[in-house]
Amino acid sequence: MCLAIPALVKSINGHQAEVDIDGVTRQISIQLTPEVRVGDYVLLHTGYAINVIDEAEAEETLQLLRELSEAF
Amino acid sequence: MKFVNEYRDPELAKRLLGRIQHCSTRPIRLMEFCGGHTVAIFKHGIRQLLPQTIEMLSGPGCPVCVTANTDLDKAIALAHLPNVIITSFGDMIRVPGSYSSLQLAKAEGCDVRVVYSVQDALYIARDNPDKSVIFIGIGFETTAPTIAAAIWQAEQEGISNYYLLPLHKLCPPIMQALLDLGEVRLNGIICPGHVSSIIGSHPYRFIPDNYNIACVVSGFEPLDILLCIDMLVNQIETDQYKVEIAYRRGVKPEGNKPALRLMNTVFEVGQANWRGIGVVPSSGLRLKKRYQQFDAETNFDINPEPSREAKGCLCGSILRGVNTPLDCKLFRNSCTPEHPVGPCMVSSEGGCATYYHYGDTYGR
Amino acid sequence: MEDRILLAHGSGGKLSHDLIAKSFVSTLGNPILNKLDDSAVFELSGRLAFTTDSYVVSPIFFPGGDIGKLAVCGTVNDLSMSGATPLYLSLSFIIEEGFLITDLEKIVNSVQQAAAEAGVKIAAGDTKVVNQGSADKLFINTSGVGIVPTGVDISGANAKPGDKVIVSGTLGDHGIAVLSQREGLKFRVPVPSDCSPLNRLVAEMLETSANLHCLRDPTRGGLAATLNEFAQQSQVGINIDEESIPINKAVLSACELLGFDPLYVANEGKLLAVVAPADADKVLAKMKRNQYGREAAIIGEVVNEHLGRVVMNTRLGASRIVDMPVGELLPRIC
Repeated sequence: MCLAIPALVKSINGHQAEVDIDGVTRQISIQLTPEVRVGDYVLLHTGYAINVIDEAEAEETLQLLRELSEAF
Repeated sequence: MKFVNEYRDPELAKRLLGRIQHCSTRPIRLMEFCGGHTVAIFKHGIRQLLPQTIEMLSGPGCPVCVTANTDLDKAIALAHLPNVIITSFGDMIRVPGSYSSLQLAKAEGCDVRVVYSVQDALYIARDNPDKSVIFIGIGFETTAPTIAAAIWQAEQEGISNYYLLPLHKLCPPIMQALLDLGEVRLNGIICPGHVSSIIGSHPYRFIPDNYNIACVVSGFEPLDILLCIDMLVNQIETDQYKVEIAYRRGVKPEGNKPALRLMNTVFEVGQANWRGIGVVPSSGLRLKKRYQQFDAETNFDINPEPSREAKGCLCGSILRGVNTPLDCKLFRNSCTPEHPVGPCMVSSEGGCATYYHYGDTYGR
Repeated sequence: MEDRILLAHGSGGKLSHDLIAKSFVSTLGNPILNKLDDSAVFELSGRLAFTTDSYVVSPIFFPGGDIGKLAVCGTVNDLSMSGATPLYLSLSFIIEEGFLITDLEKIVNSVQQAAAEAGVKIAAGDTKVVNQGSADKLFINTSGVGIVPTGVDISGANAKPGDKVIVSGTLGDHGIAVLSQREGLKFRVPVPSDCSPLNRLVAEMLETSANLHCLRDPTRGGLAATLNEFAQQSQVGINIDEESIPINKAVLSACELLGFDPLYVANEGKLLAVVAPADADKVLAKMKRNQYGREAAIIGEVVNEHLGRVVMNTRLGASRIVDMPVGELLPRIC
């Protein structure tokens, strides 16, 4: 369940932020992610950021995927 | 899209599948709890590509499918009240209740509006001060914090014509109830990625600890799901059961603390009525006393007709993983997406809709 | 003159005549329309193609077009999909009382521009005005007539195993452009509606190949609806390749945001063609030289299996059925 897609935070205004997803832009609420900063990617679910994407972990996961599948 | 396309790499997927094929030596049964995973698995054709040793079962993680008829009947009854605007996520609009649906209510002249965000419902309330705007609150822990945020915002901004019908449900309690039912023997569970983004991974500890079942939190792209399956297979093959996170870019073990705090400020845990399963204690959310002014049931007088279930509909046992849609006599006969009998056929991630649209012949 | 449409504008009296003269004939005028007789009379010979469509899009103004442009392109395209050269259109308005005359004039201008581009004439028209609340601002009906050249036989029932499936460009642009303007959704997409007249593109395709078997524009229901229709009408199977389907990045993102499958989203300036395999490459090359076919691509083929069904080969190399769409697309949370 729960469609959430990565969105780039372009600007912040109090509890709201403007995000960009490959050219699509929208005003969203960042009430659930008060720590977010411009330039972060968030997981966007029904107009709210539900988490800030951990970019280091994202890279590590890709690295893990490459390592695991190397021998196959 | 960044953080999406990289996890769709077909070459990596092929090789990871090769690894899963190599490591999976005995027949196992995995349940993807979450409807979003069911859809992703069918959409990418993952079932066909997995080795014969792995059997996939779909679970009850579709908030639309598990909404009881009694609750939907309440929503429809509210829609018929004068000066009421019903706001809802699109998922619920076509679901049949005992006698009608929100879509039919709209056709009969009720003001029913689809919103993308609960915040939009709040704005509709602000822009229509002479009406009562009622939001139909469905969803699991991914959505509940957003609904809580809207209630908090309504209180802050003094929006007094906004109400909520809280039908939110919680995942870990229903997972436990399902495992306690003992109807299906499982070896591993693919845990919902975005629910876990909020609640973290600790709430699933009871699954390996009490039931010896492998447990991995998964994202929704093909490589996320395959990585999760690989980790589940590894746990099962080595008989080492624990909770792991495959979706590390989106889930921390402790979850999203501000979101959880807001949820706990506005909501308290109570019993919930799950279609096909019945009333499960401590598995739903209701508004705390302090926020009762926003509760639709408290503030509006409705007397819906007694609820009834459609005869022959197997949604209940399909949700519990006991049957597949292919076992249901109504599937593809009197129950089709154009004329759905039960919610599993209407919801885009319902088991029956998924089987119907994506083809049982092209999956297992 | 009043700045809003009144019931009197539709009642046939002086106000009606003034409106027709000032807002319609002055913009759309041609020798046939200018006669203002009860019927348009003209000579035509050959096999006639005839079609009708009503336009109720909301909002009526959207990025890339408006209901007027849509009303012309939609009907011109329906004629073109039979291989016909579109010639004459009728244009009927049902206007809600209170509609701004300046908006009406904007829409009539769009009609004129689209008709001029397509090379068709508005030969007949009608205007009715209804009480406030009885129509959602403005509805338009257009009927169109055209001539199908000798030897051209295009039908959804003509697909044969081995044929190639070609799409003329990116999918989902119109549906997403319109949806982005709807109340309750409020997102901005940098991609406008693709609403365009395709008759010249089709004419060029017909010049290139005598083996164009099927043509259809994937409007409501998107590519999925159209290919399923071909599969069922021709009693064949159709295989398509996920990687080869052209979709704008922003449209893909908007679909992900709302939970839509882009294969089901409406298009108003695209066509799907089923072509004999020997001619597919040259038809494709010709299409790419037309402004409305720049991103054309071969996306699949017709097969002799899973008759009546469309199957997509996913990025991962698995296959899944692409079913007929059901009901309208609704944004979902799950």
